[in-house]
Amino acid sequence: MLGKTAGGLFWMFRYLERAENTARMIDAGLRISLTRSSAAESEWTSILSSTGARAAYEATHGAPDGPKVIDFLLRDPNNPGSIMAGIESARMNARVVRTALTREVWEAVNECYMVLKRLLAQPIEDRDLPRVLQIIRQRSAFVRGALHGTMVRNDIYNFARIGTFYERADNTARIIDQKYYILLPSVKLVGSPSDNVQWDTILRATSTTRAYQTLHEGDVDPRAIARFLILDGRLPRSLAFCYGKIGDNLGYLEQEYGMRHTCQSLADALCAKFRSHDMNAIFDYGLHEFISDFLRDSAALGRQIEIDYRFIE
Amino acid sequence: MAADQKYFDEMFGHGTAARAPYVDYCNWFKDEDTARLLSKSEEAEALFRLIGVTFNVYGDPDATERLIPFDLVPRIIAAREWAKVAKGIEQRVRALNAFLHDIYHRQEIVRAGRLPAEMIARNDAFLPEMIGVSPPGDIYTHIVGTDLVRTGDNEFFVLEDNARTPSGVSYMLENRETMLHMFPELFSKIKVQSVSQYPRALRKSLAACAPDACDGRPTIAVLTPGIHNSAYYEHAFLADQMSAELVEGHDLRVVDGRVAMRTTRGYKPIDVLYRRVDDEYLDPLNFNPDSVLGVPGIMDVYRAGGITIANAPGTGIADDKAIYSYMPDIVEFYTGEKAILKNVPTHRCSDPDALKYVLDNLAELVVKEVHGSGGYGMLVGPAASKKEIEAFRAKLEASPGNYIAQPTLALSTVPILTDAGLAPRHVDLRPFVLVSPDRIDITPGGLTRVALTEGSLVVNSSQGGGTKDTWVLEE
Repeated sequence: MLGKTAGGLFWMFRYLERAENTARMIDAGLRISLTRSSAAESEWTSILSSTGARAAYEATHGAPDGPKVIDFLLRDPNNPGSIMAGIESARMNARVVRTALTREVWEAVNECYMVLKRLLAQPIEDRDLPRVLQIIRQRSAFVRGALHGTMVRNDIYNFARIGTFYERADNTARIIDQKYYILLPSVKLVGSPSDNVQWDTILRATSTTRAYQTLHEGDVDPRAIARFLILDGRLPRSLAFCYGKIGDNLGYLEQEYGMRHTCQSLADALCAKFRSHDMNAIFDYGLHEFISDFLRDSAALGRQIEIDYRFIE
Repeated sequence: MAADQKYFDEMFGHGTAARAPYVDYCNWFKDEDTARLLSKSEEAEALFRLIGVTFNVYGDPDATERLIPFDLVPRIIAAREWAKVAKGIEQRVRALNAFLHDIYHRQEIVRAGRLPAEMIARNDAFLPEMIGVSPPGDIYTHIVGTDLVRTGDNEFFVLEDNARTPSGVSYMLENRETMLHMFPELFSKIKVQSVSQYPRALRKSLAACAPDACDGRPTIAVLTPGIHNSAYYEHAFLADQMSAELVEGHDLRVVDGRVAMRTTRGYKPIDVLYRRVDDEYLDPLNFNPDSVLGVPGIMDVYRAGGITIANAPGTGIADDKAIYSYMPDIVEFYTGEKAILKNVPTHRCSDPDALKYVLDNLAELVVKEVHGSGGYGMLVGPAASKKEIEAFRAKLEASPGNYIAQPTLALSTVPILTDAGLAPRHVDLRPFVLVSPDRIDITPGGLTRVALTEGSLVVNSSQGGGTKDTWVLEE
């Protein structure tokens, strides 16, 4: 398999996952602005930061304003991180790696692109937004489903999966990074109603509200939310889950190629952190510091995978 | 429907009754509802878009990926008609390879006085780097697309020998798949020779040309200029169908005297490179130094027998439009037989008498650039305005050696489906030929290109042409 192809698969699935996550965040922001307009501006700022689009947004639009932020995140050509740009990049990578994909996977990503290109040709009106966000999540899920259902379990599949979980963990970590201060144990003592809304936003931005409620019998507790998103191996968007998968997929590559690289060791070290730390230890160390370390280590892992598998020369 | 009497219509001849190869199809067609067929047409287009059978048009920023219009009325050729055409193509392709070997070795044809020396010496398509190079099996042009036109029941002409990097084979294959998908009942009624074996045959044919340096099963790769190339879909399609890697220049480098591709496990040597990059861009060390599409040093590896490049560099000398006019002589010189397929009479504008004739008759002639392709930079006299003709006259007078001229042929028509039913449109045909040391393999049929505008003779997809499925019937 070409190094370029491995890189193309990794990025194709990163871009898809990122677009889907941005859709989740818009959904969360929309909910807040509908229920508590006073908190909306800071929420949009935090969403722009999580998606890495804050500087680009402020350069062209100034202060965060709901409809403008939504349009910026969905489809603004000035935003290289918009959902439309992400889907275009995913499809461009899919074209590059087309020989590695089944026809089903290619058609799912191509159709995702064609549908969204048409849908996002004009600004989206408020009343259409929930439907559009749903279509984005659904189209992305179709690609994942085609991958799962039709691809041979070999190196091609592993690089696609590593891209998916790498990006997903990164997104979850960035959301926690933006909100860490309301997840600290001391906050519970404050217990203001605004915190309840903030906690709700975090769950919504990760589409985990329902899962959280089921597993915690409706008891909203910031400490439990932090534990849930970081350490709960049952939740497919938690850091522990994603890194378990990355560890597995890198392990399969090690087996298939009969060669262990530095990236496997880096991933093992990251996985070990999630196994050895309970939430108390993380709070003792500092939630913010823990997440900052994670983002740094995960960036290093991404670079190392690129080197070890020769994505570029 | 009465066919236009001036042109030979492949469905109706010069009359109104279906010609023999079309009888079964016409019987089926007369019971079909035009509206249903037109909706099938839209279905086909949606399918092409989903699969991504698209091409890019250079210099058109608004439509980076376009569909080539597909017409669902097939072009049908009888087995006997095809057998003669195939025999003629085979003869011609043999002659092309013998000619290329000769031109890059002793140039016997020049010594024998059958081809003027300046046709080679002053030709940009002649590649001095190829002098003395003998590729495996002495095959230079492995993949050929011989463009044919038809003017009558028994009249086929070769319009061009595409001996460099002919494209379009993916359309031939996808057109057939689409027809099978939309009209399965037709294929159970009418026995059509299959084309789907092409990718397997291509792989086999390329593998048979592996260099001496290859040990074991040959590693084959397709070299593409990248996703912005107009034929990228085809490059990906063929690589996929052959289970070969699709590589770009930056995936390759010379390692230990071999051309190797960067894989997730390190550099792996390539035995046969099916390149879809022009000669000029193949090797920045040996040709255009600014090229980022090629591989520095690949020509040196090639000359040392470390890799097979298909088609070989320098094959352009054989399909050059000025050389074309000598093809009847070339065929005779190397095969000892008269050419089975006719050449279109060609005026070489480098010759002063010919130039005068061409300038006097511009309104009647088709004038082409010697090195042009894709229908760019040509004049179709009968379809051009006075102003266009005068502008072209100036270009022609400025550099006559750049042009050849041919009479406007009465190209055959095949009906297409329009809102008003069947309507005749002009077509050409590009059969695809594979050459390996032990055999020449011609896929029955090929790509039929059709000028969708009424009366137009320009079938190129870059100029608004469409395509049709091409059926060669079983015996």
